[in-house]
Amino acid sequence: MAEANYPDDLRYHDQHDWVRVEGDTATFGITWYAQDTLGEVVFFEPPEVGTVLTKDSSYAEVESVKAVSDVIAPMSGEVTEVNDSLSDSPEKINEDPYGEGWLVKVSLSHPEESEALLSAAEYQKLLDR
Amino acid sequence: MRRTPFYEQHVELGAKLVPFAGWEMPVLYEGIKEEHTAVRTHAGMFDVSHMGEVEVEGHGALEFLQLVLSNDVARVAVGGAQYSCLCNESGGVVDDVFLYRLGTDRYLIVTNASNHETDLQWLGRWSREYEVAVRDVADRYAMLAVQGPHARAILAETLKIELPERFHVRAAQVGRRPALICGTGYTGEDGVELLVDPEVSIPIFTELRLAGIVPCGLGARDTLRLEVCYPLHGHELTPERNPIEADLAWACKEETGFLGSPAVATARAEGTAERLVAFTIEGAGIPRDGNPVLGERGAQVGTVTSGTFAPSLELGAGMAYVRADLAEPGTEVEIDVRGRHRPARIASKPLYP
Repeated sequence: MAEANYPDDLRYHDQHDWVRVEGDTATFGITWYAQDTLGEVVFFEPPEVGTVLTKDSSYAEVESVKAVSDVIAPMSGEVTEVNDSLSDSPEKINEDPYGEGWLVKVSLSHPEESEALLSAAEYQKLLDR
Repeated sequence: MRRTPFYEQHVELGAKLVPFAGWEMPVLYEGIKEEHTAVRTHAGMFDVSHMGEVEVEGHGALEFLQLVLSNDVARVAVGGAQYSCLCNESGGVVDDVFLYRLGTDRYLIVTNASNHETDLQWLGRWSREYEVAVRDVADRYAMLAVQGPHARAILAETLKIELPERFHVRAAQVGRRPALICGTGYTGEDGVELLVDPEVSIPIFTELRLAGIVPCGLGARDTLRLEVCYPLHGHELTPERNPIEADLAWACKEETGFLGSPAVATARAEGTAERLVAFTIEGAGIPRDGNPVLGERGAQVGTVTSGTFAPSLELGAGMAYVRADLAEPGTEVEIDVRGRHRPARIASKPLYP
């Protein structure tokens, strides 16, 4: 997508990751700003299903033609599913970062961690600084 | 940070600007893959005004250039062009340059931006005993590389100029000012490089853009040159490496007695411990500059000098110095990409086409 966009129903981590929390599970991805800064994504190295993620730690890598970027876990938990379609079409991360470009689904170990994350408005304020 | 005469144009087009060798340069406008493909299939243009120009003029010009350049300058006729290395006394590469012969005793050297000052000092130092003037003329030109299968046709039609053949140079009027048109490039595609008056550079850029030539950034320039295995100084070439190990033996004519030629002759005769190779990753992974190359049992046998996702090949690829006995195309190695060992294979050059 060409224009900056930060959906209100998501929570945001200051390292440019989003979370869609649904009870004790969540979907993670990178924000519009992250994909725009990185440029065309050509490779996504996912974690394996079963990997335990710790909030604020790197759990995957996304690469554009020129650069590599660590993806930071916005919350803690265990990976239950990875977006396999990204191995063939990593560009979905650019085209639809909050939809088809999702990265992993996670069973949350500390759902209360979402309270410390940013709202869309707070995240945008961070970007404007 | 220095800015080229095209700077305002880059900003207006929304280019992503990055620092490069002291210059603020566009790394991309729309996207590296898109720009890369435009050059492979149509025509693209690159602001390369950060590159330097040095004029060498005088009765002693040929004799002097034979000393400081590795190739045989005597083979270049007026209107001709030639690739060469500037070697130090140990045969290491100070810079790699293109030489254009503008007149009987008048030559132009195009230098890498990051080495321009070093080259000027180097040339100045060795010119003292020759009847020759060495002038920095970098501010006299804006440089635009126009490359791609349709580049020549669009250029000739738009600017109404006659273009030089490949590896030749012609003087012309562009924007009613004197310009040089060089039949050279750094993409593996046909095309030319224009050296124009900075004052008319933006109207020319705009005219070419409206004629369908796609503005391209340094990002695509790097992926394009890597696919055709052109070396980049500071990566494949350094003052510690000689042209023989860098696979530039063809650009060295030791019989001319250039600076460093004894060391280059020895390297040619005896071989070198390492050689510059191209490789492709088999499967997933993108190699990057500095990644270790691993041989049997995980022992390091070399180092990646440039690595990228290669848009025309659609896989990770790069160049590396490896132990000479592993330099044969087809040899299987591994690249240590941030701790993950990626299977790779030494490939013939160029990687593309």
